[in-house]
Amino acid sequence: MLLVNSFLFCGLLCLISQIILDNTKLTPGHITSILVVIGAFLDSFSLYDIIIKKVGGGALLPITSFGHSLIHGALAKTSSYGLLGILMGMFDLTASGITSAIIFAAIFSLIFNPKD
Amino acid sequence: MKKLKYEQIAAKYRPIENKRKNMLKAFISGGLIGMFGELIIEILCIKTHISRSEAQTYMIIFFIFISSLFTSLGFFDKLVTKYKCGLLIPITGFAHSMTSAALDYKREGLIYGLGSNIFKLSGSVIVYGVLSAWFFGMIRYFIGG
Repeated sequence: MLLVNSFLFCGLLCLISQIILDNTKLTPGHITSILVVIGAFLDSFSLYDIIIKKVGGGALLPITSFGHSLIHGALAKTSSYGLLGILMGMFDLTASGITSAIIFAAIFSLIFNPKD
Repeated sequence: MKKLKYEQIAAKYRPIENKRKNMLKAFISGGLIGMFGELIIEILCIKTHISRSEAQTYMIIFFIFISSLFTSLGFFDKLVTKYKCGLLIPITGFAHSMTSAALDYKREGLIYGLGSNIFKLSGSVIVYGVLSAWFFGMIRYFIGG
């Protein structure tokens, strides 16, 4: 059931953004930024956690999950550090993704040459 | 007058994109990526007995690795022009934009080329993500506690 939900959720999100891309002048950069903000907004009311519980991996792959994990890590730290926790815990959960993206991008771009 | 004429001529030669076909392609490719991610999590949980949150991290790193590798090998760009949002909205798009920026600016040197331009395309996602997460986090902290 989680597999079907993953397919539908991830597919629908891509479908909506494809409709926006085709019918407006927004670029993919605009759309991904908007989706990150939407993800952060949804998780400020713990709605995205419910989605992840029902959908599974399909909700973690779209870029909305990036905004979700930013705010989720920040709010998790506030329980022990108060307001300072928002600044301390911001990158707690996304650190693995950003770090691995930097490492792979740098290493592969040093090894390979651009092909045009 | 000149501008009007230019627009008429440009409209004539603009490629007609089939919107319905694009939508279907984005839906199916995005859905398949999501399903594949869930499949990886379940296989990892069953085979290696690690916790689900650990398996989720492995899955995301696997997708970043795959899309970085394919971008630097040169054929991910063709896939992106074909499937568009189906590959740009999942985390593969984030890794793709970083790797392609790094590849493009490598010829301008390691410091001012690769180093300072690696976040050229994906930087906006991080900036607005952090800004909005900080803003909503403050609201949640003061309202919800």
